Amino acid sequence: MIKIAIASGKGGTGKTFVATNIFHVLTQKNVSSVLADCDAEAPNVLSFFESVRKETHEVIQFVPVIDVNKCTYCGKCHEYCTYNAIFILPPSKIISVIEDLCHGCGACTVACEYDAITEKPFPLGNVNICLYKGSHPIIEARMNTGIMSPVRVIKQALRHIGHEAEIAVLDSPPGTSCPFIQTVNQADYVILVTEPTPFGLSDLRQSAETLKTMNRPFGVIINKAGMGNNDVRDYLAREGISLLLEIPYSKKIAGLYSRGRLPVESDESFGIQLLNIIENITAGYGNSNNKR
Amino acid sequence: MEIAIISGKGGTGKSSISASFATIGDRVVVADCDVDAANLYLIFNPLKEEEAVYVSGHDAVINYDLCTNCGLCETYCRFDAISTGDDGIVIISEISCDGCFLCSRICPEKAIDMIPNDKSRMYSGSFRNGKMVYGKLAPGEENSGKLVNMVREKAKETARENNIDTIILDGPPGIGCPAISTITGTDRVVIVTEPTLSALLDLRRTAEVVRKFSLPACTIINKHDLNTEMSRQIEEWCEQNGIGVIGKLPFDSRITEAMIESKSITEYNPQLDISNKLKEIWKKILDQSK
Repeated sequence: MIKIAIASGKGGTGKTFVATNIFHVLTQKNVSSVLADCDAEAPNVLSFFESVRKETHEVIQFVPVIDVNKCTYCGKCHEYCTYNAIFILPPSKIISVIEDLCHGCGACTVACEYDAITEKPFPLGNVNICLYKGSHPIIEARMNTGIMSPVRVIKQALRHIGHEAEIAVLDSPPGTSCPFIQTVNQADYVILVTEPTPFGLSDLRQSAETLKTMNRPFGVIINKAGMGNNDVRDYLAREGISLLLEIPYSKKIAGLYSRGRLPVESDESFGIQLLNIIENITAGYGNSNNKR
Repeated sequence: MEIAIISGKGGTGKSSISASFATIGDRVVVADCDVDAANLYLIFNPLKEEEAVYVSGHDAVINYDLCTNCGLCETYCRFDAISTGDDGIVIISEISCDGCFLCSRICPEKAIDMIPNDKSRMYSGSFRNGKMVYGKLAPGEENSGKLVNMVREKAKETARENNIDTIILDGPPGIGCPAISTITGTDRVVIVTEPTLSALLDLRRTAEVVRKFSLPACTIINKHDLNTEMSRQIEEWCEQNGIGVIGKLPFDSRITEAMIESKSITEYNPQLDISNKLKEIWKKILDQSK
């Protein structure tokens, strides 16, 4: 199996657009593939495919429950908590857990010397596993609204990718912080999607530098080519970063996609371009010993 | 008065719209809360006046002179960050470490140090229509919500010191920690969306979060003419869900031309239809937020 992550620093450049179109052509060619939607805050991949839901796994973390009958208000749990999730006022004998701030590290449970802390599960989101055309899994990481961090949900979704499929396509969350790192860290190759604008370039630079420090091989697709200027292309040439494809800006493509349709369904040459990219990546990076 | 501009889906035009609002009228404080991919400085070229270090958290690092590879830390870690290799050596993955300190506390040899992540920064300075505060989160770091809070505190302080009434918060995409930190306690939330199915799905989740925090909110449909039918559906949905559409903006490729010249579209060409609409919307937002 080769894992290819589709990422970008800036939101809205076309990550999901590229990921869904690639997955669609692969399944059309009967290449055994899996698509993982790792954008757990805003998962949209499933809306592009008619698929059948097979499994749902709840993602939880544990949060402390304090037994006030046993608590001596010594404050050690508060001291151990790095996330300020335990509020304590010893003189008034007030102690409470702010569940939204808790990361579920268990330090308070270890800290308590009076057996006053137990833990209960706290739901963070779901991992939904669906089947497209009967045999190609789509794995969706979906964080619940109001939750602070998508990282645990993403990690659990990534575990469901398995090793059976030939190609795994990972639709990454935007940005370059933890959720992005968790996703691309699993990948053998990363496709960065950008647009030829100053915002696109600024965010591309940051993503490219991050991937370099992670030693992850990557290439770039310029989406909406034709708008903006040549600065992105110049930057890629200067840095020796491979330009995999330019997708011209077209109102027709934007219109199709806005209705949840994929351009590869009707545009054969676009499908071939994407397949060529995947073939080249697989030839170049498919036999790596990436066991992450 | 704090006005937050957000959107669940990225790339709907938050920053371009924020940039216009910030250059239409009276002096403002602009806070770029998209600390993960800060971009507004490209349009405003702020004159940097202050810089502050932001410690996003800590990473656990093993001191191998003291470590006996007992593996106790591995059994305590709930982030799967600690593992024992085939060679029996215990290692901590920087990527998975959450910085909770537990391993360093329970280690019998005191062989784990907690190293602060201090590569992130917060900057503040002046731009042509007021003051600007922005954060830059170093790659791979967590807790961006805390940096957003720091940016907002600084923005409030700057507004007070300079007698500026309005603070514009340009938010991040998504609905997690940094987005929540951007909107909590603001006077008004403006959600920027576009007429696509993906944007509508994300808008629903954003609206749920806004409702959870009981914040007054409205919606702008950007590029509404790219799919008028979807735009109508979104408008209907917004009306039914108490986040009424305050204005619709046409698609205009000159937004990109303006960006290349480091200008907002209203500065680039104030006569355009889109510029007039932006001015109308901003006036409505200010009137309604009073």
